[in-house]
Amino acid sequence: MAEQTLDKGAQAGQAEEAVRAASAPARVPTVIADDVHIVYRVNGGPKGKGSATAALSRLLGRKSAPGMREVHAVRGVTFVAYKGESIGLIGSNGSGKSTLLKAVAGLLPTERGKVYTNGQPSLLGVNAALMNDLTGERNVILGGLAMGMSREQIRERYQGIVDFSGINEKGDFITLPMRTYSSGMAARLRFSIAAAKDHDVLMIDEALATGDRKFQKRSEARIRELRQEAGTVFLVSHNNKSIRDTCDRVLWLEKGELLMDGPTDEVIKAYEKETGK
Amino acid sequence: MSGPPSADDGLSPAELARKYELSVSGARVGLGEYIRQMWGRRHFIVAFSSAKLTAQYSQAKMGQLWQVVTPLLNAAVYFFIFGLLLGGRGGMKNDMYIPFLVTGVFVFTFTQASAMAGVRAISGNLGLVRALHFPRASLPISFALQQLQQLLFSMIVLAAVLLGFGHFPAFAWILVIPVLALQFVFNVGLALVLARMGAKTPDLAQLLPFILRTWMYASGVMYPLEHMLQKAGAHSWVSDILLANPAAVYMDLMRYALIENYSGENLPSHVWALALGWAVLLGVGGFVYFWKAEERYGRG
Repeated sequence: MAEQTLDKGAQAGQAEEAVRAASAPARVPTVIADDVHIVYRVNGGPKGKGSATAALSRLLGRKSAPGMREVHAVRGVTFVAYKGESIGLIGSNGSGKSTLLKAVAGLLPTERGKVYTNGQPSLLGVNAALMNDLTGERNVILGGLAMGMSREQIRERYQGIVDFSGINEKGDFITLPMRTYSSGMAARLRFSIAAAKDHDVLMIDEALATGDRKFQKRSEARIRELRQEAGTVFLVSHNNKSIRDTCDRVLWLEKGELLMDGPTDEVIKAYEKETGK
Repeated sequence: MSGPPSADDGLSPAELARKYELSVSGARVGLGEYIRQMWGRRHFIVAFSSAKLTAQYSQAKMGQLWQVVTPLLNAAVYFFIFGLLLGGRGGMKNDMYIPFLVTGVFVFTFTQASAMAGVRAISGNLGLVRALHFPRASLPISFALQQLQQLLFSMIVLAAVLLGFGHFPAFAWILVIPVLALQFVFNVGLALVLARMGAKTPDLAQLLPFILRTWMYASGVMYPLEHMLQKAGAHSWVSDILLANPAAVYMDLMRYALIENYSGENLPSHVWALALGWAVLLGVGGFVYFWKAEERYGRG
């Protein structure tokens, strides 16, 4: 695969190669995944589901009895990501992209293998920390604190977050509970809160698809900014265009295995051929 | 992908990681560092608990008034059943029994609600645990803090009840502060222990209400425990053990502090030592017990 990369990328990537060569001595790894396996354990498998006797036998039989199903979501993925890279993850639904990101972020433990990181990688997203019954205003503060920002940082950036989300363009919505927002408005506020923090290693999971056209443009610009500030960016998306626009390297996952790892054009071409698009 | 050859080629991933001093993602930090991280998240803990408290009644028309009405209704139900129907008041008149009952209900509810929130603290917030980094102990502590705030609302009702039955503020009321502080530490520890257990076995959340109800009846929330046990002809060691249980200890101390004529004779011996001991045992033990499984929360 490496040879292929050299022929094909020769023209397209010449400028890029030059940039890389210049910074070559300082190619510093930020994320190393070493033969990572991730297994989900789910209660209530084919046998266990509703039946009380099955549940009882599971309890009596102690650990990992037949009712426990295992889902092997990521199988032996190895890669090294370097500072300044922007890496796309592609693959069909359920291929393990999001799971892999969560393991890199240290949010899911690996079954086998290890993930080494420089600094604390973070997932772009605060959805889980926000509460629909609270006002947008309080959610900005709560979300910021949940991401580990200090009160002063939030105070400084508060106006920026609100302006970026555009929530107040149609009236004073920020002082209303979030449950009164339209789904687009809520998604915009969530993205604005999440994107307010600077990260060493940033992971974005299909965040670009939120909001209307105008907001999408604005978020793409913000992601490019974050990329410059962050050491390394990972982006999961089903939108090949946004991958092409933002990434210079792509990992293609299928059934939890790393199928291909190379420059964006090459991998996306192969992916499109495979998926018949 | 393929940069010019560098000195790093041929290194195994683990060696490469060592060379550039990368750390293993998601590994558990030491206890000292963990406490430092918790301190860094103190604003989040407070904001999360008060946000939960506000969100709780935000759909109701009466809104935050329910913070006060709910405990009052609880006390009214117990008064009806134990004070009037069953006659379990042990010879106390209304002006004594009602403050006795209301204090007991509020203090026990504080521990009970912390336990219930604790057992779901991780298993009910998996979305949060799987999306963001923070020391996981923030969650159970935050839920216990929410219950403390709730209790402070209830204290308004309690003060009104006490005044209404002629128990006026006395110097002993100051004792409320150390008692509450100790009970809060105990509750935090209990929530931490239950959070770890509930994270591994979510079924515990179904079982816990029954355990808590048994605990409530065994601690003398609605009746003087000693009087009831004597009536039932129990051995004195039974009542010694039951009176030394943390819920009974904190409840009796609170009654002793607030209610006039509730004399020290009703308290078990070494009551302050017991109150402190339970708080330290659960507070410290619970925190360490929870931290030991820090890297495993959110799995599966």
